[in-house]
Amino acid sequence: MAIPVRKYDAVVVGAGGSGLRAALQLSNAGLKVAVLSKVFPTRSHTVAAQGGVGASLGNMGEDNWHWHMYDTIKGSDWLGDQDAIEFMCRTAPEAVIELEHFGMPFDRNENGTIYQRPFGGHSSNFGEKPVQRSCCAADRTGHAMLHTLYQRNVFANTQFFVEWMALDLIRDVEGNVLGVTALEMETGEMMIFHAKATLFATGGAGRIYASSTNAFINTGDGLGMAARAGIPLEDMEFWQFHPTGVAGAGVLITEGVRGEGGILLNKDGERFMERYAPTMKDLASRDVVSRAMATEIKEGRGAGPNNDYILLKLDHLGPEVINKRLPGIRETALKFANVDCTKEPIPVVPTCHYQMGGIPTNYKGEVVVPKGSNANSLVHGFYAAGECGCASIHGANRLGTNSLTDLLVMGKSSGDSMIQFIRENNTHLDLPQDAGAVSATRLARLDAQMKGENVHEVGKAMRQTMQAHCGVFRFPDMLEKGVSKIKEIAERAKSLEIKDKSKVFNTARIEALELQNLIEVAVATMISAEARKETRGAHDRADCHDRPGYVNGRDDQNWLKHTLWYKDGNRLDYKPVNLTPLTVESIAPKARTY
Amino acid sequence: MKFIIERFDPNQDQKPYFKEYDIELEPSDRMLLDALIRIKSIDDTLALRRSCREGICGSDAMNINGKNGLACITKIADLKEPVKLRPLPGLPIIRDLIVDMTQFFKQYNSIKPFVINHDPPPEKERLQSPEERLELDGLYECILCACCSTSCPSFWWNPDKFVGPAGLLAAYRFIADSRDQAVNERLDNLEDPYRLFRCHTIMNCVDVCPKGLNPSLAIGKIKEMLVRRGV
Repeated sequence: MAIPVRKYDAVVVGAGGSGLRAALQLSNAGLKVAVLSKVFPTRSHTVAAQGGVGASLGNMGEDNWHWHMYDTIKGSDWLGDQDAIEFMCRTAPEAVIELEHFGMPFDRNENGTIYQRPFGGHSSNFGEKPVQRSCCAADRTGHAMLHTLYQRNVFANTQFFVEWMALDLIRDVEGNVLGVTALEMETGEMMIFHAKATLFATGGAGRIYASSTNAFINTGDGLGMAARAGIPLEDMEFWQFHPTGVAGAGVLITEGVRGEGGILLNKDGERFMERYAPTMKDLASRDVVSRAMATEIKEGRGAGPNNDYILLKLDHLGPEVINKRLPGIRETALKFANVDCTKEPIPVVPTCHYQMGGIPTNYKGEVVVPKGSNANSLVHGFYAAGECGCASIHGANRLGTNSLTDLLVMGKSSGDSMIQFIRENNTHLDLPQDAGAVSATRLARLDAQMKGENVHEVGKAMRQTMQAHCGVFRFPDMLEKGVSKIKEIAERAKSLEIKDKSKVFNTARIEALELQNLIEVAVATMISAEARKETRGAHDRADCHDRPGYVNGRDDQNWLKHTLWYKDGNRLDYKPVNLTPLTVESIAPKARTY
Repeated sequence: MKFIIERFDPNQDQKPYFKEYDIELEPSDRMLLDALIRIKSIDDTLALRRSCREGICGSDAMNINGKNGLACITKIADLKEPVKLRPLPGLPIIRDLIVDMTQFFKQYNSIKPFVINHDPPPEKERLQSPEERLELDGLYECILCACCSTSCPSFWWNPDKFVGPAGLLAAYRFIADSRDQAVNERLDNLEDPYRLFRCHTIMNCVDVCPKGLNPSLAIGKIKEMLVRRGV
């Protein structure tokens, strides 16, 4: 049976922050745009961001985008591309102001300007002391932002396809991108969305780990689709472990707690971050803090009956500050840790939080892949933004607040790039004859599979393997074993079986399809991590530590480069880091201290 | 632990029925959503929505032992056994615990949920004093889970005409915003025997809101503004 086709100027897959921001550009330009989302837009994971969006507004004291840029490059452990970082930091203030004009309920200062709080790794005057750069709405910044962006799209009359899951990217023989296949969850019917330009804004895949702050929907669908269509995934070995996930539950406690004055203590009540980061202390960058916490626990100084967590103390801020600035955290701590944080500390552990890598793009959101001698050749009609894209702004470690900055700036910039592209290429390229066949086959196999692998069991095996073999500390032998283990699990994922065969809102089928996407990400992560023989940012190898010539365990001679993983044959390739910003001087690699 | 869950697949079932599950929970299963995921790992045909598992995305609203709430922040220890789970009342059931929320979002969209300001945007942010900003607290935090509207008898009877508590809370969120210039237009939009005045202050909305918000209070303020405007 022929698969129905609908034509749009632009298709946006994902309705979180970056997808909604891009959609707004496209709708306002009068283009015919379809936004596909697995969940109602305000349920996207941007909603869970807490602490703020980074922009050098300078409302609380002197600040400028050069300092923000320096902090972001240093935070990235020099793996970030400096053109993209300059673009984001320079554009951030106007992106935040624009959001305020859209109606975002930011917290305010006495003079009516947006309130900004300190955050990890953000400093004034190139690392001198903490700066207040995080623009926030209490500890619900992501929620306020996502709702504001959705509301703006209601105003712009954007066309949403809610509870539609994209299945596969459609490319023709030349590799041009022509849209996606997607499944309407309510009916189980498949459709082709034929587009002149396609944007992936599908978020991260933090659910590859057992202990994750991420929502269930963060299954790397865009990455899975891209990988299956022959697009490489960049820097997938770099995963951020957020210092403060609630021990046991994994739910996020914002870095804003430390921004407002909260501190981390070991079992002896020692504020140990003073030892690891004398200047920034508890507000060092996340990789540094998570590593310090894991070291404390490893060396027996963790708190609790099993010495396996760290204490986040904030009662000294007083109930007034907590209720005003951190009301959501108070609720979360009560519900998930049984702790009244106005009186007691919250038990926390480093928890998987953010994927620094993703689909390779430039700072315009255009997807770029190596072709011949060009490491960054454009893929016709294909764009990626937000957590699923890799511009690369965050390099080896993202700074807190920069995810929201990224999705605003890159969402808008990819939208603008698409508008320009559609103006210049204003026809639909022909769909290949077999468009949609791959997806139809995948669905048919899932329906027909008997005596196959259990989705729940395979998912569990994947998450435990990633956690044990590719966590905060990485060991060469564990990584090697991890590679063979995860390949075995990927084999098992080829014969997933579901009992539910209904067409109507079949969530078992959705979970199986999601697991197939997660598996691609897990394999990419493990293989890229095993190959990178250095310590950089969030990738910490036990065999590569600080020694003469290798600052912080980094090997700039051999490894100042981006990883590219191809699904086909698990091939790895590399491309240079762009150390040349757009308009200012390059910031050369040096030792990272906080 | 025993759970009784309302099941319905329109492809197979004439009408909804109850299915009983007796399952062994693990110590790590603390919230109702954990239990539901455990059930789903045994019976993958059970359909429900869920995402953030921390009470911020609003996906897993359902009727829990007769009261609407979010499964992910409802502690198992607080529940009376057997736990009876039904889809949110008053909306068409798509399947099992999944309801069709079209009408709910239609009402939300009808209140024009965006700041309307006709002045050209300034170069910097529009200024707002902390006191003005405080007016939005208790309003902007809504997660659109629909626990409130689907616990409201007025919404059950007139989902097409009565905006419902969630939509009205949002309406007041924009009325109360010092940056908004469309207060009169917004009040006109609600001055109607159904859209606003079907609220009879039954207060179920306040009772069930998982975020502790008070739509009833917001509705009262809109009514008061209409009365004052009429004088």
